[in-house]
Amino acid sequence: MQRIGVFVCWCGSNIAGTVDVKAVAEALKNEPGVVFSTDYQYMCSQAGQDLIKNAVKEHNLTGIVVCSCSPRMHEATFRKTASAAGLNPYMVEIANIREQCSWVHKEMPLGTQKAIILGKAAVAKVNLNTPLTPGESPVTKRALVIGGGIAGIQTALDIADAGFPVDIVEKKPTIGGKMAQLDKTFPTLDCAACILTPKMVDVAQNENIRIFSYSEVEAVKGFVGNFEVKIKKKARFVDETKCTGCGACIEKCPQKKVPNEFNLGMDTRRAIYIPFAQAVPKVATIDPDYCNMLKNGKCGVCTKFCAAGAIDYKQKDEMIEEKYGAIVVATGFEPISMDKFDEFAYSQSKDVITSLEFERLTNAAGPTAGKLLRPSDGKHPEKIVFVQCVGSRCSACAEKGKEYCSKICCMYTAKHAMLTRDKYPDTEVTVFYIDVRTPGKNFDEFQRRAVEEYGVNYIKGMVGKITPEGDKLKVRGSDLIANKQIKIDADLVVLAAAIEPDKSARPLATMLTASMDTNDFFTEAHPKLRPVESPTAGVFLSGTCQGPKDIPETVSQAGAAASKVIGLLQKDKLVGNPCVASSDQLMCNGCSSCERVCPYGAISYEDKDFPGPNRTTKTRRVAVVNPAVCQGCGACTVACPSGAMDLSGFKNTQIMAEVDAICK
Amino acid sequence: MQMKEYKPLIVAFCCNWCSYAGADLAGNNRLNYPAEVKIIRVPCSCRVNPMFILRAFQRGADGVIICGCHPGDCHYTSGNYYTRRRMATLFSMLDYLGIEKERTRVEWVSAAEGAKFAATMNDFVKTVASLGENKRLEDLRCKR
Amino acid sequence: MENKYLKDEVVRISGVDPKKCMRCGKCTATCPSFDEMEYHPHQFVYMVESGDIEPLLHSESLYKCLSCFACVDRCPRGVEPAKLVEAVKLSVIRQKESNRLKADDIAKYLDSDMPQQAIVSAFRKYSK
Repeated sequence: MQRIGVFVCWCGSNIAGTVDVKAVAEALKNEPGVVFSTDYQYMCSQAGQDLIKNAVKEHNLTGIVVCSCSPRMHEATFRKTASAAGLNPYMVEIANIREQCSWVHKEMPLGTQKAIILGKAAVAKVNLNTPLTPGESPVTKRALVIGGGIAGIQTALDIADAGFPVDIVEKKPTIGGKMAQLDKTFPTLDCAACILTPKMVDVAQNENIRIFSYSEVEAVKGFVGNFEVKIKKKARFVDETKCTGCGACIEKCPQKKVPNEFNLGMDTRRAIYIPFAQAVPKVATIDPDYCNMLKNGKCGVCTKFCAAGAIDYKQKDEMIEEKYGAIVVATGFEPISMDKFDEFAYSQSKDVITSLEFERLTNAAGPTAGKLLRPSDGKHPEKIVFVQCVGSRCSACAEKGKEYCSKICCMYTAKHAMLTRDKYPDTEVTVFYIDVRTPGKNFDEFQRRAVEEYGVNYIKGMVGKITPEGDKLKVRGSDLIANKQIKIDADLVVLAAAIEPDKSARPLATMLTASMDTNDFFTEAHPKLRPVESPTAGVFLSGTCQGPKDIPETVSQAGAAASKVIGLLQKDKLVGNPCVASSDQLMCNGCSSCERVCPYGAISYEDKDFPGPNRTTKTRRVAVVNPAVCQGCGACTVACPSGAMDLSGFKNTQIMAEVDAICK
Repeated sequence: MQMKEYKPLIVAFCCNWCSYAGADLAGNNRLNYPAEVKIIRVPCSCRVNPMFILRAFQRGADGVIICGCHPGDCHYTSGNYYTRRRMATLFSMLDYLGIEKERTRVEWVSAAEGAKFAATMNDFVKTVASLGENKRLEDLRCKR
Repeated sequence: MENKYLKDEVVRISGVDPKKCMRCGKCTATCPSFDEMEYHPHQFVYMVESGDIEPLLHSESLYKCLSCFACVDRCPRGVEPAKLVEAVKLSVIRQKESNRLKADDIAKYLDSDMPQQAIVSAFRKYSK
C-alpha cells in the first residue's frame, strides 16, 4: 500500500480565489492511501518545496500528489523535489486545478468540487504508480545541416568551430543559397558576394565540415542523439574528386540554350555548368535534361576537353547513410510565383520583374554585367515603378498570396530605389507602399535617406493595374494621401514578391516529424523562449525556414541553433523518457499487431522458451520493445489484442483508475 | 419535489502535446467552460483504449470526448490517425448499443487553440445535456 | 459624424467587414470610374467604418460606380468595396420607399450593345 501525501497549492489567489483549498486538502485526506494532506500558498516556492521534502521524511511518503498548476508548468519542478527527498521522481502526480479548474470556472462551489475530483483522480493514479528509471542513450557526435544558404553555412561553421563534425546537405550544385544571388545588402550596402564567398571558402576548407552538394535527404530514422539519415547524392556525371573547376568543358559544350536558373532564366548557360564563379564546391555538373550525350548518346565533347578525365556519363545516384546526433533545418525560402497576379502583367511583359530578378540585373555577374537594362529590348529604363507588398499581407485568396508580412521587402525596395538613383540619377523612381516597415538597426534612417538624399518618390497607395502598351507599361495606382488616382508610363516595374518556405520543407518536416504552421514555416518549441528548437527533440531551426528574416537575423539565429547543437553534442549520454511501452511476455502471443502500428519501429520479436505443461518447455515468439527508440505514444497498447502491451507512467490500470475516480 | 438541474458528467481525454496544452491555454486566457468536463491526460490520443471509454460509460459518464493533435501534426507522426479509425468503429458500435453518437466525439485541438477547446467543450456539454442521462450502459452496481 | 444605425444597416446589407481593410488603396488604384466619383472606393470603406455615411447618401458616386467589381477582385484583404457602395445605394432607395424603375419600362432601356453585367447592374441600381 502506498503512503501518499497531498499538497494543495493556493497559487496566491489564482487557485484559492475560486477553489476552497482547505476543503480540497480536507476531502482528499480520506482517500485510500493518503496519510498526509495540507495546503500552502506557493507550493513551487523554495518554502513550499521544503514543506514537501519534510513531509516525505516525516510521514514516510511513497507517493506525492500536488494539486497546482498544469503539469506542463511544474511537473519537472516537483519531480526534482521528490528526487531531492529520496523519492523516485515518477512517484509524483499533478492535479491541474489552475489552468483546468480555477481559471475556467467562476463559482467557488463548482471549482472546489471539481478540484476535489481531479485530486481524487490523481490520488487513484499515484496508488498504482511504480518507480521508473529512465534509460540512457549515447549521443552520436556529428551534426547534419540541411540547406547550404547563409543560415546553414553559419550554423555549420559555428558547430565545426566547437570541434564537432558537421555535414551540409544542399540540393543545388553549390552552397551559397539566395544570398549568393543578391547584389548589395541593406542597410550598409556592402556587396553580398564579398561577405558571403569568404564564408563559403571557410566551409570548404574546414576539416570538420563535409559538403554533400546536389544531394537531398531521403529518409530520417531514430531520435535525438541517434538519428540515422539516408542522403541521396544525385548523379552530376562529373567525378567531384577529379574535377578542377577549370571550365574548359563549359566553354566547349555545344548545348548553349539552357535557361540559367542562377540568373532566374534571364540568360542562358550550357548543359554542363558551374552555377557561378565562386561556387563551392567548384565542380561542374551536367544537366541531364539538356545534355545531348545523356539524352541520345550523341556528343561527348566535354570528355575530350576535360584534362582531368572527370566526366563520367555512367555515374549513378548514390545513397549515403550516416548517423547524426542533431539535425539543423536551414531550408530557406523562395519568392512566390507571380503568375496568378494578372493585374500586374508579370507573365505578359518581360519588363515586369520581381525584386530578385532586379537583384540579378544590377549584379556585375548578372545577365547584363551590372548595367540596368530592360529585359525586353535592352534599353536603359527611365521611369521605374516599385510595387511593395505583392502577395504579402494578402488574406483574400490563399492560392495567390500570403497572409503574413514578408518582412524584408520594405528594406530591399528602399535599397533598390536608392542604388538606382545613385547610379542613374536621370531615372525617375517611384515606390508604391502600403506601410513602410523598418524596425531594425539603421533601417529607418536608410529608408529616409532614399527619400531625402536620393529623391525616391514614395507614394502611399497601391498599384491596381499594369497594362503593357507599346514599349511602355501603363501603371495605374492610387495616392491615398492626395486622394488621387495616378497614371505612370513606366519602362520597368519591379514587384516586391512575398517569400514563402522552400517547397522541400513540407516533405522534410514529415520525415523529421517536426511540426509546421499553416504557411509551411517550421514551428519553434516555444515562440518566445525556445525560438531555434523544433518541438521534436534534436531538430533545430535556422533561418527563414522558421519565418521571414533578413540576413543579420538569419545569421544570429544560425549561431543560436549552433550553440544548442553544441550543447547537445557535448553530452556523452542523454537521459531518456522512462514512460515507454513494454510487453508482458507471458501474455504476448506474438501476433505482430503492435509492430505494425509503431511509428518508430521500436518493437521487434524474439523466440523465447517458456515452461509448458508436464515440465516441458515451449518456444514462443514474443514482442520486445527497445526502450531507447520507444517514444511512449501508446499506439501499441491499444492495438494489442491480448492486453500484453502496457505503457509505463500511463498504465491501463492507472488510466482506468482515473476514469473510475472521475465517474464515482 | 424540486427538480435538480441536470448536469452531465463528461470525461475528456486530451493528448499531452496539443489538446492538453490547448486546454491550458483556455485556462490562461480565462475562457470559461462547464465544470462538468474532467480532463485526463494521455501521451497521445492513440493511447485511449476503447476499454477506458466503455468503463466511463459503465461508471455513469454521460459523454466522452477525445482531443488530439490535428491530422498531420501528431507529435508521434501518426497516432491521431489510429484514433480516428479506432473511434469511428467504436462509436458506431456504441451507437448500436444505444449510446447516441452525440455522446461521443473526437476533436482536433492544437496547442494554440484555447478558444477552440473552450468552444468545443461548451458545445459538447450542451449537446450531451440535451440528450439527458446515460442509462444504456450504466452499470447499476456502480450507481453513485 | 457617426450614424450607428446606418452603419449597422450598411454592414448588414453588404455582409462586408470594413475593419478588415488595411488601407492599401488597391481598390482606388484599380477603379475605372475614379475620375467620375466624388468618394473613391477606399473612402467608402473608411467612411462606412467610421460611420460617416450621411455624405455618401447624397453623393452621386453611388450611381457612378460601374459595379465592375474590379475592387472586389483585387482587394488583398477580401473587403469587397463594391458591395459597400451597393449597400449604401440600397439604403438610399429603401429610405425613399419608391421603386424607381417599373418592370414595363425596362424594354425601352435595353440596348443590344450593352454588356450583360451592366444591364444586371443597372437593374440593381435603379430598382428595388
